[in-house]
Amino acid sequence: MDFNLSEDQRMVRDMVAEFADQVLGPGVMERERTGAFPEAEIRRAGELGLLGMSIPEEWGGSGLDTVSSALALMEIARVCPSTAVTLSVTNSVCAYPIWRFGTDAQRDRYLRPLASGQILGGFCLTEPQAGSDATNQKTRAVRKGDTYLLNGTKVWVTNAHVGKVFVVMAVTDPAAGKKGISAFIVTPDMPGFAFAPKEDKMGLRASATSSVILEDCQVPAGNLLGREGDGMRIPLNALDSGRIGIASQAVGIAQGARDEAVRYARERTAFGKPLAQHQAVAFQIADMATEIEAARLLTLRAAALRDADPDAVGPAAAMAKLYASEMCNRVAYRAVQVHGGYGYSREYPVERFYRDARVTTLYEGTSEVQRIVISRAILAG
Amino acid sequence: MDLQLTEEQQLIRDTVREFAREHIAPRAAEIDRTREFPLDNYRRCAELNLTGMMVDEAHGGAGLDAVSYAIAVEELSRACATTGVIISVNNSLYCDPVARYGTDEQKERWLTPFARGEKLGCYCLTEPHSGSDAAALRTMAVRDGKDWVLNGSKVFVTNGVAAHTAVVYATTDRTAGHKGVSTFLVDRDTPGYSLGKHETKMGITASGSVEVVLEDCRVGPENLLGPVGEGFKVALSTLDGGRIGIAAQAVGIAQSCLDHALAYSKEREAFGRPIAELQAIQFKLADMATQVEAARMLTYRAAAAKDAGGRFSKEAAMAKLYAATVCVDAAREAVQIYGGYGYINEYPVERLYRDAKITEIYEGTSEIQRLVIAANILKEA
Repeated sequence: MDFNLSEDQRMVRDMVAEFADQVLGPGVMERERTGAFPEAEIRRAGELGLLGMSIPEEWGGSGLDTVSSALALMEIARVCPSTAVTLSVTNSVCAYPIWRFGTDAQRDRYLRPLASGQILGGFCLTEPQAGSDATNQKTRAVRKGDTYLLNGTKVWVTNAHVGKVFVVMAVTDPAAGKKGISAFIVTPDMPGFAFAPKEDKMGLRASATSSVILEDCQVPAGNLLGREGDGMRIPLNALDSGRIGIASQAVGIAQGARDEAVRYARERTAFGKPLAQHQAVAFQIADMATEIEAARLLTLRAAALRDADPDAVGPAAAMAKLYASEMCNRVAYRAVQVHGGYGYSREYPVERFYRDARVTTLYEGTSEVQRIVISRAILAG
Repeated sequence: MDLQLTEEQQLIRDTVREFAREHIAPRAAEIDRTREFPLDNYRRCAELNLTGMMVDEAHGGAGLDAVSYAIAVEELSRACATTGVIISVNNSLYCDPVARYGTDEQKERWLTPFARGEKLGCYCLTEPHSGSDAAALRTMAVRDGKDWVLNGSKVFVTNGVAAHTAVVYATTDRTAGHKGVSTFLVDRDTPGYSLGKHETKMGITASGSVEVVLEDCRVGPENLLGPVGEGFKVALSTLDGGRIGIAAQAVGIAQSCLDHALAYSKEREAFGRPIAELQAIQFKLADMATQVEAARMLTYRAAAAKDAGGRFSKEAAMAKLYAATVCVDAAREAVQIYGGYGYINEYPVERLYRDAKITEIYEGTSEIQRLVIAANILKEA
C-alpha cells in the first residue's frame, strides 16, 4: 500500500494546479457572473491534453491513468468548477465511451479531435421523464436504410451549444426494454438536431447546459456506437468513469471553499483575535479538512480500482461520488458560515462554491442512485 | 500510488480475520458480560505475534509495518472491541515508546517480553483532574539520591488490572509546565504501586480499566525512559501512534455493525419481505458501507504516513476523529435496523453500540483531534 503519488502523477497535479491558478483563476468570478463560456481557457486546456486525459496517445489523448485524471479535475474544480465539469464530461462520458466501444473509423473521426483538444463533447441520456430512472427512455431511433432517424428530447446536456460530438442514447427496439436501447455518435450539424436555449442554473453558470431536441435527426448507420441493443452497458460504463470525475470535481470545490475559509479565518478578527483562534471556527476547519481528505481518498481509490479493472469499479465509484458530493455541500455550507454575512455576498468565492456544490449530488446519478448501486453490491456480496 | 494491500498485508488480514473469527468472536459476548480481563485472548494473540507487531524481531516483535498493524487491530476489533484495545495498548502505548526511547538494557528487560506477549503493558497518563489537558498532570516524581519517588494517581488505565509494567508520566519539575514531565517504567510489584478503583464501564467492559495508585513508589535511574523533561514529547508522539490503533479499532467495530446489519436485514421480514428489500434500509447500509470505507482509507493512510517516517500527527488525528464518528454512527444505524432486538443484550449490536462510544473519547477526544488538525492546517502556508 503506497499513498504517495508517483512522479508522473505529481507532475500532472502540479502542472494542472498552475494552469488553474494562472489561467482559470483570474476570470472565474466574472465568468460566473455573466455566464460567459470559458472558450479561450478551454482551448488552453485542450493544448495541455486535458480533454482526452485517459485516451491513449495513438488516438490523440494524453494516455494518463485515472488517478492522474482525478487529480487534474480536483485542481481545476478548486478554482473553476464550471471548467471542471466541461472537461469531465468531454473526457468521461464522450471521449471514453467512443474509445472503449467505437470502431477505428469512429475513433479516427470523432475521438481524435476530442482527445487532442480541438473540440468538446457531451452525453445525452437524461430525458424529461427519465432522470434517475434512466432506462425509461422515450427517444426513438428507427433505421431507414443507411440512416437512423432519431426523435426525442434530451435534457440537462452539459456542453450543449459548445460541444461538437454527443453520445446519444435512443430506443431501437421498444419491445426489448432495457436491451432495446442503443448508443449513437451524433453531431450538431446533422439535420434535425437542435439545441434549446441555455438553462438558467443556480451554479456552474459558465458551463453550457441545455436540452437537445431531435426531430427526425438523421444519423448515419455507421454512427451506431457498439451494437444495436447494447442497452445500458455503454452509458453505465461511461457513468462509472463520469462519477469519478464528478467526485473529483466535488473534492476540488470543497478544497476551494476550505482554502477560502482558512484564509478568511486568519484575516478576520472578532472579540480581539482572528477567527481561526476561536475554537468554534477552528473545529469547523478541522472537520472540513478531515472530510475532504476522506473524500479524496475514496475518489483516488475508485480511480486506482478503475485503472486495475474498468468493469469492476461501479460500487467504488458510487461510494466516491456519494461521499464526495455530500461532503462538498457540507463543506461549502461551513465555509459560508465561517464568512458570516460576507459569505452571502457575490463578492466572495464561497458564495459561488456554495451554489456550485449543490449540483454534485444531482448529476451523473443522484445520491439516491449511488445508494442503490452501493446497496445492491453489498447485499449481493 | 498503490492503494491495494501488499501480498504480505493481505496475508496478515486473512490470517488475523480467520483467527479472530474462530477464537475471539465466539467469546466476545461472554467477555462483555463477565467483565473479566481476557488474558487467554492476549496469550493467543501472542502466539500469532500480534503483541509486538511493529517491534523489531531482535526484540521479540514481528517487525511489521504500521499498515499491517492497523489491519490486525481492525480485524480483532471486528470480532471483539475489548480484545482490540488490549492489543492496541500493548503495541502502541506500551511497546512503541519503549522501543523508541529505551536503552538496550531497558529494551531487553521492558520490551522483549512484552513484544513476545509473555508480559502485558499499560500506559498511565490520564489523571482524575487531567484528561484532554494532559499537561496539567499532578503525579510527582522527586529525585532521592539516584532514585525517583513517585506519588500520584492515574485513572482509566487500560490493561491495568493485568499489566506487569506501566509507562508512567510524572512531573519532575513543576515550574517547567509540560517541559517538566518525564517518563518512567514502573513494574507492578514495586512497593507503593497498587490498583485503586476498578471502573465499571458502558462498553469494552473487560479491558481492565483501573486506577493505578503510586504512593512513595521508589524506582531506580534505570526506570527513567528517555531524557528528563521530555515526557510530554514522549506522551504525544506515542499517542499519535495510538490513534492509528484506535482508528483501526473504530473501523473494526463499524465493520462489525455493518456485517451484522447486512445479515439481519436479509433475514428479518417486514411487510411481507426481507427488510433488505426496503429502500430505507438499503440506503442506511449504503451509507454505512461508504463511511466505513472512507474511515478505513484514512486509517491506512495515517499508518502509511507513520511508516514513511516524519510527523503524522494530522493524519492520525483525522483518521481517529473520522473513524470514531463513523463508528458511533454505524452502531446507531445498526441498532436502528435491528429495531427492538437491537436494544437487547442477546444481540451483538447492543454491545457494539456501547463499545463504539469510547472511540470518540479515549486517546484524545474528538475535540482534541480537531485541535490537532486545526493547529496543523493553520500552520500550513
